[in-house]
Amino acid sequence: MFPKPIEKQPRGAQITYQAMLPLALLLWLGPLLAVALFSVKPAADFTNANYWGMPSSFEGAYNYGQVFFNSDMPRYLLNSFLITVPTVIGAVALSCMTGFALGIYKFRSNLWIFFMFVAGNFVPFQILMVPVRDLTLELGLYNTKTGLVLFHIAFQTGFCTLFMRNFIRALPFELIEAARVEGISEWRIFWYVVLPLMKPAIAALSVLIFTFIWNDYFWAVVLTQGAESQPVTAGITSFNAQFRAAYQLMSAGSIVAALPPVAMFFLMQKHFIAGLTLGAVK
Amino acid sequence: MSAVDVPEQESWFHRNQQRIAPWLFLAPGLLFFMVYVIIPVFQSFNLSLYEWDGLGAAEYVGFRNYEDLYWEWVDRDAFYISLKNNLIWLIMYLLSIPAGLFIALFLNQTVWGIRLYKSLFFFPFVISQVVVGLVFTWFYDPTFGLLNEFLGLFGMGPLNILGDERFVTYGIIFAGLWPQTAYCMILYLTGLNAVDPEQIEAGRLDGAKGGRMLWHIILPQLRPATFIAFVVTIIGALRSFDLISIMTQGGPFGSSRVLAYYMFEVALSEYGFRMGYGAAIAVILFLIMLCFIAYFLWSMYREERGH
Repeated sequence: MFPKPIEKQPRGAQITYQAMLPLALLLWLGPLLAVALFSVKPAADFTNANYWGMPSSFEGAYNYGQVFFNSDMPRYLLNSFLITVPTVIGAVALSCMTGFALGIYKFRSNLWIFFMFVAGNFVPFQILMVPVRDLTLELGLYNTKTGLVLFHIAFQTGFCTLFMRNFIRALPFELIEAARVEGISEWRIFWYVVLPLMKPAIAALSVLIFTFIWNDYFWAVVLTQGAESQPVTAGITSFNAQFRAAYQLMSAGSIVAALPPVAMFFLMQKHFIAGLTLGAVK
Repeated sequence: MSAVDVPEQESWFHRNQQRIAPWLFLAPGLLFFMVYVIIPVFQSFNLSLYEWDGLGAAEYVGFRNYEDLYWEWVDRDAFYISLKNNLIWLIMYLLSIPAGLFIALFLNQTVWGIRLYKSLFFFPFVISQVVVGLVFTWFYDPTFGLLNEFLGLFGMGPLNILGDERFVTYGIIFAGLWPQTAYCMILYLTGLNAVDPEQIEAGRLDGAKGGRMLWHIILPQLRPATFIAFVVTIIGALRSFDLISIMTQGGPFGSSRVLAYYMFEVALSEYGFRMGYGAAIAVILFLIMLCFIAYFLWSMYREERGH
């Protein structure tokens, strides 16, 4: 292990390390903790310039209550779910198939198609912006969740294909050959042999895509407007306009908006990190 | 496949299954990707040769949009400032790689509770950039921001980072480094986990310690992690949009714009829709990105051949 395990260091170093850990964490999450503190303060603290002292009263319930019952925030959260979940399902489903096609079969254009997916996944959003917005308008899907979902599925298919293809490549190919010798059709090989083995990849990708899409801001701004279809990332700007200068509410709103992917991360940590670090180790 | 065991009544589809199957599996994904990603890239290239307000008829203007950009005839002090800021983003953002490595080395221990520490250090990456932007806007706030409280302790300040043309871009980048460093950290933590202990032992026997050990024995083994960290950091730097939009909207006086934000502003803002002009900016951003994409693909290609 590198660096040298702290247990093998002198006692002094061990104590220093143990003390530094929480300090470093506090420093690292400082800005966020500040927002968490803001979110439980009463409005009076801000008018009295009591920004960093103890809250004069604990108003967490009231502030978060305002966010949930007196703003469009629940609507935005619901929109975010209705955009994120179908995207995850769609992108994962499509990429299971593309990944299978590119990972299992040998044909001449295989690598080129694969590289096309990879390259497309890296392009700047702005070069897609005007044509995608026009297409969405033409389809009559501008300012709808469906319009956003369709684009997200298409774009995420790039990354997901990269992920799935590499995952399938690492599976034992003899399994597929054995199935073929048995005369099992290709579709059944996909469904009964490969798909069950892809469960960890599907789990990892689902969590990752959930986070990516939940946190998307650019496309939300380009393809939607207004509370009926905007996800929470875009909604929070209107929310902040509504509660201008009410820092306790803006803080509470931000925390609420950030929470679902955070929860997802802590619940599915293993899969999340496995997905994120695929390829980081040989 | 041997022809012997193929019964004669088998359909054409059955016989050619293995040649057709990949295309059937590819079809839906490929269709989506073509319509929403690949074709729009070319459409944008085409559009950049037109002048179009998004509603009326588009007028062909050849390379005039690019000339306007080059000479800054339309917006003074916009294109080159954005370009310069993009460069600053690219260079500064790369700091997240050594920073991530540093934190990973700090956390690569097995003391009690370390797993929770690792998760909490990774935390900023999971939060949306919109929230990161808000958090740091308040962090920098000249009247109550934590930063100025801190500077005040040393009798400095108050500094209005986001209101000052000299600091604003660095201020936003610093906010962006926060989640990006977390990402690089997790890549390196995973990499460090897989470092070959025998090589470390061998190094220790040869008297390698600390920095020399890191440089000669650990880092070479972390190459795959470094490569991915490099890829995601470059892409992240050139995609910077959310933070700028949330924290400054390109201000003050356009001094924190980058190409991605400038393009959005031109094509979809209250100043009127200049789609063709915006497309030209997008094409330039795309060409910058293309250099990196080509490099990534080339590395992947070598890798594939190596197998």
